[in-house]
Amino acid sequence: MRTTTRAAGVALLALTAVTACSSGSGDTGAAASGAAAACEPAGEPVTLTFTSWIPGIEDVVALWNEDNPDIQVEVQTGPNGNGGTYQNFFNQLEAGNAPDLGQVEYDALPNFRVQDGLVDLSACDDVVAAQDEFVDWTWQQVQLGEDDAVYAIPQDAGPMALFYRADLFEQYGIEVPTTWEEFATAAEQVRATGGYITNFSQADVNQFAGLVWQAGGSWFGNDGDQWTVDLTSEESEKVAAYWDDLIERDLVSTYPGWTTEWDNAYNTGEVWTWNSAVWGANSIMTGAPDTAGAWRVAPSPQWEDGGESAGNWGGSTTVVFQGTEHVYEAAQFALWLNTSEEALTALIEAANLYPATTEGAALPALAEGVEFYGGQPIYDVFAEASTQVSPDFVWGPTMTQVYNDVSDGFSTAISGDQTLPEALAEAEESTVAALEAQAIPVAS
Amino acid sequence: MTIMVVFTVYFLIPIWWLLVAATKERGDLTTTNALWFSDLNLVENLAATTGYGGGVLPRWLLNSVLYAGGGALLGTLLAGMCGYALAKYRFPGRELVFNVVLGGVLVPATALALPLFLLFSQVNATNTFWSVFLPSIVSPFGVYLTRIFAASAVPEELLEAARLDGSGEVRTFFTVAVRLMFPALVTVFLFQFVAIWNNFFLPLIMLRDERLFPVTLGLYTWNTQVNQVPELRLYVLTGALLSIVPLIVVFLLLQRFWRGGLGTGALK
Repeated sequence: MRTTTRAAGVALLALTAVTACSSGSGDTGAAASGAAAACEPAGEPVTLTFTSWIPGIEDVVALWNEDNPDIQVEVQTGPNGNGGTYQNFFNQLEAGNAPDLGQVEYDALPNFRVQDGLVDLSACDDVVAAQDEFVDWTWQQVQLGEDDAVYAIPQDAGPMALFYRADLFEQYGIEVPTTWEEFATAAEQVRATGGYITNFSQADVNQFAGLVWQAGGSWFGNDGDQWTVDLTSEESEKVAAYWDDLIERDLVSTYPGWTTEWDNAYNTGEVWTWNSAVWGANSIMTGAPDTAGAWRVAPSPQWEDGGESAGNWGGSTTVVFQGTEHVYEAAQFALWLNTSEEALTALIEAANLYPATTEGAALPALAEGVEFYGGQPIYDVFAEASTQVSPDFVWGPTMTQVYNDVSDGFSTAISGDQTLPEALAEAEESTVAALEAQAIPVAS
Repeated sequence: MTIMVVFTVYFLIPIWWLLVAATKERGDLTTTNALWFSDLNLVENLAATTGYGGGVLPRWLLNSVLYAGGGALLGTLLAGMCGYALAKYRFPGRELVFNVVLGGVLVPATALALPLFLLFSQVNATNTFWSVFLPSIVSPFGVYLTRIFAASAVPEELLEAARLDGSGEVRTFFTVAVRLMFPALVTVFLFQFVAIWNNFFLPLIMLRDERLFPVTLGLYTWNTQVNQVPELRLYVLTGALLSIVPLIVVFLLLQRFWRGGLGTGALK
């Protein structure tokens, strides 16, 4: 009976929808928030929905479902966040049917926060107690600048290091650079052999953000009332000027990232290094199969001799969405998924995720040498890097717009019509305008 | 002639590329000539692609066939009946109805997806088969085309004769009008079939259960996961090749009905 009524209702709606152009829905599912949501067990069996785009996540969740008959988790899936799932989350929050749990990358958290889409989990004692298990900076990222709040459970991280062609450096007698100054000198030597030391990809703005992060800068700030936009901070300018110089002197190539040309440049040995995140290990294996065994990984070049800082590129969290009736159960699952050895090992095997917990980074699955990298235990380098990532980098609430605007500016800069610092200055202006257009308070 | 050859090649190259790419091993994709075969690996690729993720790709193909086949069939029937009624019956408000439907042709399907999502949310019917199927059976363009066609291809005299012989209106429609309108109906069916098959945005917004995905959304989802599971790059290509097969079959089977004018000479 219920299904019949529902089907009839749907049929009617579908027919009227031919001419209906605007939505009549005014109510939103998001409850007013601000204070941490209560965190009480339901006392009865519950079923949670969890949307994630990690390949093979069903198998990981199946492990949980087997051991927790009273908290069953149903996996829903879709394309990756920027590929459509974030937009779906916003639509679903608006319609009041968002899943209980979802996957959200660090750089998208502020966006969901300003739309009031996330449940603050700080009322859950287990969540607060788990803080020590995570690498410091990942926890800072999910607090979003509010001291006692926890808006997500960190899942994976993307600490950056330098992938380099050990064979080529040795063959031409060039030292593998440990500082950015040495990197620039090496760039000249590499160019003299006909190659490029690395590639600067205009569209990978979050890689550039990772470089600024390593230099100690931050693009945004939030004091609880107002946002500050600082794409032109001293550190940001320094990094931009550095790369601008390399591009202008034709010491780095400028292929668009993730294209066949780009793969080919690495596969043929035209480009020698890539300062990238831990998951980049896979990208090289896929894109440059002919170079197997020739790559090694070293810590990223430093701005100061003997410095110890690393950038981060990418990484996800598990969030609990507004509208859920089962905060406690959702938090329990999110903790298991991102801290238990069982789940993390399964995630590493299924999707090469790099855990955000200190114990996770030491799992046996990450201790072995990797054949493609000449048997080097490359994850040791990244584990070290992960502890060196600054906790102070803050993402803004409109990162999609920021990425687009910076990327446009960078592409103009690469064609020689402006400089990278100029592109950042322009993007800063358009970002302030974008925040103001959304009525998000900005400090001038 | 030369121009035709050039354009044929231009249109066929992407399909040729897809066919060639689907026969290669993953390592050969970027390293060998993109437009010619290296080691033939098609059978292994097909097996691996259809088996990945618990064999979800065949399920997606089946879903697409159901959404597109069923949706186009029902949509054509509804559009045909509507167009026939608008062409052959006189009633108050006829032109108004027709103009409103015509207005519907101008509204892009993408613009309707979000309002539809919110409507379906209110009756708790998102993430169901119906949330994609029901919006798909609506074809304003089909109504327009069948009305124009019925007006000229179905003679009043024939309908008059049927009525005199005691045939009811519904029976007349199905036995007389449908046959005369067949070329138009086939056209509407093909248009609608392709439109639903390619409709990506509506399923993207409506569906979260992988088992309900049409093949377009499924392959797109795989494509966004390539960095985590490198094998997917090849599976997306092989899957894309598989996904165009039903379209080609439908066109080859139905194009003969396009040799229209079934009613020509029926009267005089």
